[in-house]
Formats: sequence, structure tokens, C-alpha cells
Amino acid sequence: MSALLEVGDLSVNYGRVEAVRAVSLAVQSGEIATVIGANGAGKTSLLAAIMGLLPSRGRVVFDGQDLARVPAEERVAMGISLVPEQRDLFGTMSVADNLALGAFRRGRAEIPARLERVYALFPRLEERHRQEAGTLSGGERQMLAMGRALMARPRLLMLDEPSLGLAPLIVRDILQTVSELRDEGVSILLVEQNARAALRIADHGYVMELGAATMRGPAGELAADPRVAEIYLGAAHGMA
Amino acid sequence: MDVTIALFLIQDGIINGAIYALLAVALVLVFAVTRVILIPQGEFVTFAGLSLAAMETGSVPGAVWLLLVLAAAAAAMDAGAALRERSPAKAVRLAAWNLVPAIAIAAAVLAMVPLQLGLGVNIVLCAALIVPMGPYLYRVAFQPLADASVLVLLIASVGAHLALTALGLVLFGAEGYRTSPVVSGSFQIGPLFVTGQSLLVVGATLALLAGLALFFGRTLIGKALMASAINRRGARLVGIPTMLSGRIAFAMAAAIGVVSAVLVAPLTTLYYDSGFIIGLKGFVAAIIGGLGAYPAAVAAALAVGLLEAFSSFWASAFKEVIVFASILPVLLWRSLTSTHGDEED
Amino acid sequence: MNRRDLTRFLVFAAIMVAIPFLPFVPDFWVTLLDFVGLASLVALGLVMLTGVGGMTSFGQAAFVGFGAYATALLTTAYGWSPWLTLPVSLAVTVAAALVIGLVTVRLSGHYLPLGTIAWGICFYYLFGNLKTLGAYDGISSVPPLSIFGMPLLDSRSFYFVVWGFVLAAILATANLLDSRVGRSIRALRSGAAAAESVGVNVWRAKLTVFVYAALLAGLSGWLYAHFQRAVTPGVFSLTVGIEYLLMAVLGGAGYIYGAILGAGIVVVLKNFLQDLLPLFFGAGGNYEGIVFGILLIVMLQGARDGLWPVIAGRLGKAAPRVVDATGTLPGRGFDAGDGALLRVQGARRLFGGLVAVDNVSFEVGRGEIVGLIGPNGAGKSTTFNLVTGVLALSGGEIHFEDERVDGLGPEQIAARRIARTFQHVKLAPTMSVLENVAIGAHLRGRAGMVSGIMRLDREEERRIFGEAARQIERVGLAEAMHQPAGALALGQQRLAEIARALCLDPKLLLLDEPAAGLRHLEKQALADLIRRLRDEGMSVLLVEHDMDFVMQLTDHIVVLNFGARIATGAPAEIQRDPAVIEAYLGSPA
Repeated sequence: MSALLEVGDLSVNYGRVEAVRAVSLAVQSGEIATVIGANGAGKTSLLAAIMGLLPSRGRVVFDGQDLARVPAEERVAMGISLVPEQRDLFGTMSVADNLALGAFRRGRAEIPARLERVYALFPRLEERHRQEAGTLSGGERQMLAMGRALMARPRLLMLDEPSLGLAPLIVRDILQTVSELRDEGVSILLVEQNARAALRIADHGYVMELGAATMRGPAGELAADPRVAEIYLGAAHGMA
Repeated sequence: MDVTIALFLIQDGIINGAIYALLAVALVLVFAVTRVILIPQGEFVTFAGLSLAAMETGSVPGAVWLLLVLAAAAAAMDAGAALRERSPAKAVRLAAWNLVPAIAIAAAVLAMVPLQLGLGVNIVLCAALIVPMGPYLYRVAFQPLADASVLVLLIASVGAHLALTALGLVLFGAEGYRTSPVVSGSFQIGPLFVTGQSLLVVGATLALLAGLALFFGRTLIGKALMASAINRRGARLVGIPTMLSGRIAFAMAAAIGVVSAVLVAPLTTLYYDSGFIIGLKGFVAAIIGGLGAYPAAVAAALAVGLLEAFSSFWASAFKEVIVFASILPVLLWRSLTSTHGDEED
Repeated sequence: MNRRDLTRFLVFAAIMVAIPFLPFVPDFWVTLLDFVGLASLVALGLVMLTGVGGMTSFGQAAFVGFGAYATALLTTAYGWSPWLTLPVSLAVTVAAALVIGLVTVRLSGHYLPLGTIAWGICFYYLFGNLKTLGAYDGISSVPPLSIFGMPLLDSRSFYFVVWGFVLAAILATANLLDSRVGRSIRALRSGAAAAESVGVNVWRAKLTVFVYAALLAGLSGWLYAHFQRAVTPGVFSLTVGIEYLLMAVLGGAGYIYGAILGAGIVVVLKNFLQDLLPLFFGAGGNYEGIVFGILLIVMLQGARDGLWPVIAGRLGKAAPRVVDATGTLPGRGFDAGDGALLRVQGARRLFGGLVAVDNVSFEVGRGEIVGLIGPNGAGKSTTFNLVTGVLALSGGEIHFEDERVDGLGPEQIAARRIARTFQHVKLAPTMSVLENVAIGAHLRGRAGMVSGIMRLDREEERRIFGEAARQIERVGLAEAMHQPAGALALGQQRLAEIARALCLDPKLLLLDEPAAGLRHLEKQALADLIRRLRDEGMSVLLVEHDMDFVMQLTDHIVVLNFGARIATGAPAEIQRDPAVIEAYLGSPA
């Protein structure tokens, strides 16, 4: 099995600050890889660089093709979609319009079929298809952002903190949907603060600290590693 | 003031207001998509109007040369960018993509204008000449600044206005022109004397506004333009190229400029520098509408037209002072109600 | 002014004074230089307004008009002597600038330059339509300036007057920049939030620089009227206003000599374009407009900082500022007092329909370190902004010592000795660390604009910089003191913000992620510093994601999630709290 996405020594700088330091990772076809780590570890910058939204050094190879000179818009056409932390919805447009624009690179003809698929995954969106995106609840926004990304029929779906600010029940639903997508053959790169939930559904995991990938391995092993808990809650007084 | 005068002023105000509404909509459109406050919007109007006037006399408008120069500059910049990526094939393709349409249009204008084929053909030629200037101008002046702040874009926009007005003098001369009306004739409604052209102004404005509403409401490309305006990163994430959005927005602005010229050129004498003041009044309306809302901009444009008509009756010397001073309280109100815009800029 | 700047000024002054005496300089060039001087005055004001203060104006020509029309009217219609009208011209300009400025400086973002376009056009039409000002014909037969009864009729004698004023303006501007008021203006560029957090009244700072720029423009107008001996409204039109801005952008809007350079290039270029281009393209064109418009766009695309920094880079670096370590500001100590220092009671904040902070209560005791933690989006930064007056409460109360402080603005909060740092660092990147930190002492000095320009503030400045240097040493940045703040690594920039906050001499210090971006040893040093501050009597409230750091440092922790307080207690308790573990690691289910 060859990797769908290969990232080699990727670094991202903001001025003199190195937000991502020589990170290497791979996402195999049909698996969920997750990057976990505390706030400010550089996870969001990593995804933005893979998407082509941030200038970076190093290598990003998708399906055997080097993406160095490919702008973000073209990466979408190639089959990479990002659901960003801020969701970046078109707030004053309807849910249906948001979804239709998700298929911008696929053309009008594909919209009905994709729409049916997305509504099957998120029936709530169909109920609210005429509502303005800006008036949705947090969970519905996340569904819409994922739905919009899926309209482009991605082969690699990148999710940045899908659980951010959501109640635990909704988080469970959303992560459930993520594993269903994997079972359909969509490869997934999941960035999460909610480490336990992410490692539960992932195949492989990476831990980021201060911009660098410090641990990697099968998700089950990482979940059991006590060092992961320390990264989040500190070790000064030990944990119960 | 009696009722007749009041009615006359209202009519005058509505006609002017309709033109300002068109320009305000163009400004809102361009700002929303590209964050450029398009000070040279009025230059599209004068260039189109004066080109039309030149064509009526059978002479080739100077705008042809401007189109070619802009196309050449755009071609050079696109090709240069491709060469820096070391892809000469792409450089040639991009250069041709910029140059060929401009050359074709210029050839058509040079060949057809002396034949004096009538107003309809002239309007089409004029549109073919002026509309592409929009995207070329975007490419040359604004695309390299796409990531800059609104402020930097505004200064560049003022620079473009300065250069284009000065070019207008070179291309069209200092003399003013008026074109023949698209619709001739006039009639009387009660005490009011109405010309066909002024009805056309109102009708065409309404039709264009309706057309724009359809474009943004029904077509995928229209929605994509709106999406780039609402959330640029969101637009990129669904694969909408922002540069393309910019070019389309500028083309539409130039097209609206052409329509405004066809409507207004028979009513007032246009000089090479008339565009600035006309454009700025559209701009006052756009600002009153908050640079974001189309219906508010249209309503504000009518208000500006009426304010102008009545102040020209009462204090004609200070007409411009009153119109432009009216923007300051609006700006202040906008600043105080908007949340810390300067932090993000 | 440091030694390099003084040398630079003296060399420049010597050259400018020598030029008209050189035998090979024709009258034509002297006249041209007179115009360069006139334009330089306006451009200098724009450097302060746009480059330093961050406010772009296309309307400076209007202020030139005020100065010019005031003296033209008084000398022709009322027979005043030209020198007598100087104070009146300036007073008229200042009065106009105060009225226009009161509206303009409150315009935010791009509304501000649009506003300047609007009033720029208004005044052009106003000058052109007022009969008393001669309408579009303007006013002619303005008398020349005279010195000791000798009228300055030719451009050579006028030259010394113009350039005398320009040199004085350069000195005044340099002095102003290097003063307490100047620092507060320069701080505007790093965002109003940082300036407000140390007690700078942002509106006042903006209005000050606006009036200063107008004053220089008015002076230029007064000189212009007596040099040209006539004024017409065309000279004060928006196009001319745009040309002034071009000068600033071309030369470098952040640099004093950039203004002179830009004015020189534009005036000389304009002259040659007006003379030369018609020879090739026929008369009747406004060719300089084409060139200037394109030049403006090209500069923005290619060299947004202007030409001066390119030249200055070759002239060598400035020697670091000399700091007198004995300079010190008296500390105001801490009162024992009873009860908590800060009490937040049922604080609530809504954004639209979203509840960002929901009924949060906590206290910070005197000499106590309190940690505010929680996952992303839990409402920590919003809480900080509520305490520091950046955001208004939607409900609840905040008390500091015995006073209710919610409803106060940021600079009033700063006056109560509450200092803060920011999650996204807000330093002026081109100013040195030392100057950035010195801004923190704003409320502990009192020198105004005039004493800054006149150099009467040296003793206070010595004390402020001594104090700033001491706080910089305290946070461990002594070696980076003279570097531009933007050149520091992010962790160091955070330390610089702490030093700036300490310059306020705070009772309560709010730190937003102070340890982010620091290496292990630096974190230890920072923790030691915070402990020392506490031991001196200061109270500290900190937001931090590094749990090791929080757990070992704080006396008390407040945990937020979804805007609400979910736990509070000592660090060891917090680490065992199941609700906290779930908030951070997620539910195991």
C-alpha cells in the first residue's frame, strides 16, 4: 500500500517564528491518521501548509505528484479538501448554496448526486437547506463545513479540530461520521485536541509539541502512552 | 419654489440618482470581491462616453491604444511570472491569452468605426473596447497587491485614477462631448416634461439591477463571486480562484460603466475628467450603504441624486460642497458602529 | 537626537545652506529647490501622520490652502504685514485641523482616507466658490515677505526662509518622535489595543499628530502665498493632495528624510515632465499625472517602504541609545488592604447570540498568582478583555480594590495600575525593545508635545529610559535591548511585553500565554521572575497552556470550559478533577 499523502520535512514560518519544524508524516489510502497535541503546537499551520494556504518549506506529495507549485484552488480540484478550524462558511448564503459551491470544481451536473449523498450523511442539513449558514448552531456549522468539503468528492479530507466548541454528544456523532467516510474509502487526516476521541477512531497517530512531531505510532499504542496525558495536563504533580 | 419646480427637481434627482445607483452597485461589487475601493470607476464612464462620441463622428477613439497598452502590460506581467517559474510554454500561452482578444477588438474597432454603422453597432464596439479594460486594469494594478491591506489598495486605486484621468486628457482632449440619445422624443405628463432618454435611464437601471440580482442569486459563478466576497479563504477552500473573481468583478464594473455612459452621455456633456465627480457621487452612495449592501446603496444613490438636485436649486455654487460634506457624518457613524476595523486592516 | 542623527542633520543642513552660494547653480534650480522646500514641509507632516501615526490623508492640500488663504486675505484686504499674519495663519490652520480632526481621527480603517478625500474636495469647491476669496481666480498681489525692510523678491533670498523653516521642522519632528508624546503616536502602529493598555489616550494621540501635520501644511501655505504672491484654489485641489501623499510613499512614509527625498523627486520630476514630454507628445497633456499615478502603483507593488530606507541602509546603522542606569521612576508600592484585589462576580459576555463568558466568578488576592486555564475557545481571552476594559460586560460586576471598574475604558483601567500582555503580541516591530518598553511608562511621565519639541523633557526621559532598561534586564532581555522588537523570537517578544507591562508599575499583572514559545530554561527564569513579583506584593492572573508551568507556579487555578467555570482550587486538586480531565483529554467513551 502506497501513501496517498506524504509530507517530508515540512516547516512553516511566521516571520522569525517557526510554527512547524521539519514535520514528516504520511496518510495511507483509506485510513484515518490523526495529529494530536496541545494548543499552539502548530497543528493548524501544518494543515494550512498541506492545503497550500501558507507558504512552507519541505515536500508535500499527493498521489505521487509534488504539490510545490500547485495553488490551493487547484489542490481542491485534485481531491484534497480541508475543513478549517474556523469553518469558513459563507455566512449570509443558504445552506444549499454553501453546499452547491462546495462542488464548484466538479461542475453543475454533479451537484444533485453529491447533494443527495451529503444529505444522507447529515439529514439536519437537508431540514435547514434554506436557512442562512450564519444562523446555524455550532454543531450544524461543523456538519455544513464537512458537507461542503465532501461536495468536492475529495480523496483526502483534512479536518481541523472538528470537535472544537461542540458538546460531547455532537462530537461523538461527528467522529462517527468520520469513520463512516473512511469505510467508504476517503482518506482522512484529523487534527484534534480531544486526544482520546481522536485516537479511538484513528489508525495512526502523531503527537505534535512546539511545532515538531515528537511521537508517532499506531493509535492504540499512543492512547495508552502516559506521556500523552502529561503533554496535556502537565506532570509537575503527577496525575491520578 | 412651486410644485412644478419641485417635480422637475425630483425628476432630475431620480435620473441622476439612477446613474449613481449603477455606479454604487459597481463599487460595492468590486469592493466586496477584491477589497479595492475603485476610485477610477468614473473613468470607465467617461472613457465609454467619449469613445461613443468619437465613434459617432466616424473617428477611432483613443481608447483603442489604451486597451492595447493595458493588454501588453498584463501579458508582460503574466508571462514574467510564468518565466520566474521557469515554464516558457505557459508564458507564451498567458501572453497570447492576454494579447489576442485585445488585438482582435482593436482591429474590429479600427475597421468598423469609419463605416459609421449606427448607434447600435457603436455601443457594441464601445463595450468591447471598455469592458476588457476592467480585468486588464485589475491584472496590472491590483492583482500584485491582492494580499495588501484595504488601505494600500486604496492608495493604488487613487494612483490608477490619477493616471487614467491624465490619460483621458491625452486620448480624448479637453473638449466636452455629448452623444445623441438612444431614445429620442419626449412627452408631457401634467406639468412635467419627460424625455424618452430619461425614462430609458430609469428603466435600464432597474433592468440592470434586476439582472445583477438574478446573476448573484441563480448562477453558480455569481454565487462563487459572492462567496469570495463573504469569505476569501472559504472560497479558496472550495476551489474558487480569487484572481479570476477579481477579473470578473472588474469586468462587470467596466460593463456597468459602459451602460452608465450610454445612459448619461446624451443628458450631460462629458469631459475627460467628469468621471471622477460622477463616480465619487456613486461612491458617496456606496459608503452610505456601508460598502456591503446593494439595496441600501441604491436607496442612498437616489438620496444623493435628490440632495444634489435640490442643493443645485438653492445653493448652486455649493452643490458639490454639500454633497461631499454629507459623507462625513455617514463615515463617522459607520466608524462608530463597526467593530474595530482598523485592527484587521 | 543621537549622534548619527545629529551628524546627518548637520551635514544635510550644511549642504542645503551651501547650495545657493555655489557659482554653478542656476536660478532655475534655486527656484525648484524653493518648491521642494515648500512641499517638504507638507510631506514631513504626512510622514508623522501616515508613516508614524498610521493615518493616510489625501487632503493635506486643504491645510496648505487654509494657511495660504488666511495670509492672502489679511495682507491684501486688510493690509497686514506678512510676518504678523504668520501666527494667525497657523492659528486658522490649527483651528480647522481641530474641527476636521475631531471627526477624521475617529474614522476607522479605510473610512479615514475616504474622509480625507471627501473634505479635500469640499474645501477645493469652497475656496473656489467664496466671493471673498476671489472664487476660482483666487487672490493676487499678495505682498512679499521682507526681512529688515528688504523684500524677498527673488528665489535666492526666499530660499533661506523656506529652508530655514524646513530645517527647523526636521529638528522639531525628530525631537517630537523621540519624546513621550512621540512614542505614544508611534505606538499607534502596533495597534490601538497595546497603546490603550498602558494608558495612552488614543484619540488624543491621533488628534495631536493630525494637528501637527496640518500645522506644517499651513506653514507651507503661508510661505507659498508670499513666494508666488498669489493663491488660487487649484493649488489646493485633491490632485495636489494626492501628489503630497505620493511624495511620502515614494520617499518612505516612515522616515523624516524620506519626506524630503520624496518631495525632491516629485517636484523635480513634475517640472521636467511638464517641460519635456509635451515636446514629444504635443502640448495640452497632463503627462505628469500619468507618470505619477503609475509611479504610485509601482512603488506600492515593488517598494512599499519607499526609497529612503534603501539609501539609509548604505549610510550605516545608528549607535544604540545611551541609557543612564541611574535614571529611575519612583515605585508606588503595594497596600496591604483587606479583601481580594480583584473580584469578578457573575461576569457574562454575549457575542450576538453566543455566550462567550457565562456567569464566571473568581477572585485574585493580594500577592497571589492565579491561573486561568481551559481548552481552546473556553472564554479565557474574553475574560481578560473584560477585566481590562477592552470589552464591556453583558452582565455581572468587576471590582478592583474598593472600586467597581466594569464600564471603565482600557486607559482608565491602566491608570488603576492594572497591566497586561497580549496573546497575539502587540509590539511596534520597527521600534527597539527599549522604546517599546518605555511606552509602558506613559502614565508615569507628564511631558507634553511642546516640551518634547523644545527638548525640555530630558530629565524625565532619562528616568523613563532608566526604568525601562531596568525592567528589560529583569525579564532577561538586556542583550536584545537595542534590537528592533520585530527581530526577536516570539518568546522574547512576549518577555518584552511583560517588561512593558511592568513599566506601568502595576498592582495587578495579567499575562496571556507568557510562556508560549519559550525554551525550558527560559520558562524556569520566567517562573522565577513571576514568583519574585508576587513576593514583592504584586498580584498575577495568567492564562497559559503549558500545564507544567501553570501547576508549579500558581497558588490557585480557575478552569473555564464553554465560557463557564467548571472547577477552581489548588493545582493538585485541579489535576485530579474529573471534569477538568474530561475537558482537556475528551471523554473516554
